[in-house]
Amino acid sequence: MTTMTNWLLDDSPSSRLQASLGHSYRVTRMLMRNPLAVVGALILLVLILAAIFAPWIAPHSPLGQNLGQRLLPPSAAHWMGTDELGRDIFSRVIYGARITLLIVAMVAVISAPLGLLIGAISGYFGGWVDKAMMGVTDVFLSMPKLILALAFVAALGPGIENAIIAIAITSWPAYARIARAETLTFRNSEFISAMRLLGASHTRIITGHVLPLCTSSMIVRVTLDMAGIILTAAGLGFLGLGAQPPLPEWGAMISRGRAFILDQWWVATMPGFAIIIVSLGFCFLGDGLRDVLDPKQGGKS
Amino acid sequence: MGTRPLNTAAPSNAALRKTAGAIGGFIIVTLLTFVGLMAITFFIGRVIPIDPVLSVVGDRATQEQYDAVRIAMGLDRPLIAQFITYVGDVFQGDLGHSVSTNRPVAEDLARVFPATLEMATLGIIIGVGMGVPLGVWAAARQGTWVDQLIRVFALLGYSVPAFWLGLVGLVVFYAGLGWVGGPGRVDIFYEGLVEPRTGLLLVDSLIARDFDVFWSALDHLILPATILGFFSLAYIARMTRSFMLDQLGQEYITTARVKGVAEWRVIWTHGFRPIRVPLITVIGLSYAALLEGSVMIETVFSWPGIGNYLTVALLNADMNAVLGATLVIGSVFILINKLSDVLYRILDPRSR
Repeated sequence: MTTMTNWLLDDSPSSRLQASLGHSYRVTRMLMRNPLAVVGALILLVLILAAIFAPWIAPHSPLGQNLGQRLLPPSAAHWMGTDELGRDIFSRVIYGARITLLIVAMVAVISAPLGLLIGAISGYFGGWVDKAMMGVTDVFLSMPKLILALAFVAALGPGIENAIIAIAITSWPAYARIARAETLTFRNSEFISAMRLLGASHTRIITGHVLPLCTSSMIVRVTLDMAGIILTAAGLGFLGLGAQPPLPEWGAMISRGRAFILDQWWVATMPGFAIIIVSLGFCFLGDGLRDVLDPKQGGKS
Repeated sequence: MGTRPLNTAAPSNAALRKTAGAIGGFIIVTLLTFVGLMAITFFIGRVIPIDPVLSVVGDRATQEQYDAVRIAMGLDRPLIAQFITYVGDVFQGDLGHSVSTNRPVAEDLARVFPATLEMATLGIIIGVGMGVPLGVWAAARQGTWVDQLIRVFALLGYSVPAFWLGLVGLVVFYAGLGWVGGPGRVDIFYEGLVEPRTGLLLVDSLIARDFDVFWSALDHLILPATILGFFSLAYIARMTRSFMLDQLGQEYITTARVKGVAEWRVIWTHGFRPIRVPLITVIGLSYAALLEGSVMIETVFSWPGIGNYLTVALLNADMNAVLGATLVIGSVFILINKLSDVLYRILDPRSR
């Protein structure tokens, strides 16, 4: 164990793999000292496990209707009660983790690299390229995100794919700003000039040297944004513009439960708790990651 | 001590020029952002839909009818020309006709906007009134359980869906405890009693000296406004805390403490005063965000504001109304954003 730790913490790593593993190890160790971050990581782990093993965890089918058992209060048989079609809410919440994870992952996969690339190119080249790209970014950035996403979904039509596209379109500008700011801090440094002297192309410098240096602040920001993405997706679902029935999406479930809220409170409230816990998990983890990966920003914004 | 810096007596020419420059730059940037916003709404309205003509004439129209509408809508012209016409229309206050209300969208929006403004304004008052003291408190007790508790409370503001909190609030405080009024702006039998002058029901009822309406309106407003305020509270408290921590770490604070200044004075006079200017930007941003956040809250509370108008239009696929509401919320959002930015630059002595 100690040799392993020594290898990881070696001050002069002999390979790239050793260096990056060592970095991850240090980050993880610092994260473990922050209780809130540990709680956040655990919540995320549970979410991922619930999504993967949903068929084994859920006691009932998420879609199977049983009209004889509609609107039952929480009990030992139905931990979160049943909805208006007699479906087990707990099972639906578990399967809903898949949808939430899908939305969050897809938005991150689309918008983070897009923003990263735009920001890095903008900061690296400077001049009019920078002015034009940042002009467009600022227009998007000064727009209300939720309203813009609503308008996009209205034009594209309701559905989970369109909700993902709409949220992704509204979330890349923040990443572009961060990547640009980060790139500006080292665009004139010696290792970039050295690469240029060696004859490396712009593409190679950007992909090989600029982008990797922006990733840590990007990870922090994306994690912190996840809660907002989950809330927006749930909001679209609540308005009937996101995932369509009978998909067990949490926001849509709350919307269905709204009709019974006064007499059967559990139908609308239970999926809400799932949203809150998962969003809080991302917030806690993002907060902790920021303290570790981005010490200058620690405690700010 | 004793002599005051000269430039506080009368602003110098250079300072004035700086301010003028800031305002000029502000106007240009704001106008460009508005055009950008219009480009986006134009794009959403005219480019994404597969066939805007079909949505007007229906799929049983003849080819002649179709062509006539297409030309009437100006869709045969190049996109850039269409966009210029669109911008011209918007600047003249023409946002098109709403299919669901059968009235001009601009008229509809003018009618519903005050309700949203009223809710967002009370919301930001609640958010600032609670968020700033909480943030200062957390900073003063940095690292203690008070700080952690406020941190978790603030993070909850980022994690709770507004529509869910609205529903739970209705169940607990309206149906359960009966402390507040239910959905809608005022009790049904008070509706239409007060002549709308400003459109803000609280103000209108005070002008008309109709206190029954005033209390009923406040009764209905307090829950959605508090819930809305909670979301700005989260952001305001976090920002206040971090600004305060920056200040409290400065050497002059240590000096004040060493001199034996009382702790509350160190915090409120020495620590808090300098952060008032950056806080203005934060409050401006939160206010703009509340206008946006009201969309969800209004849907839950059947609040007859712009958010409700937008969601009803969305469900009816009333594209003119959707884009009009998007444009208005977006414009107010941009305006408040840029205004707080320029205000910051004028007020902050370091950037003069």
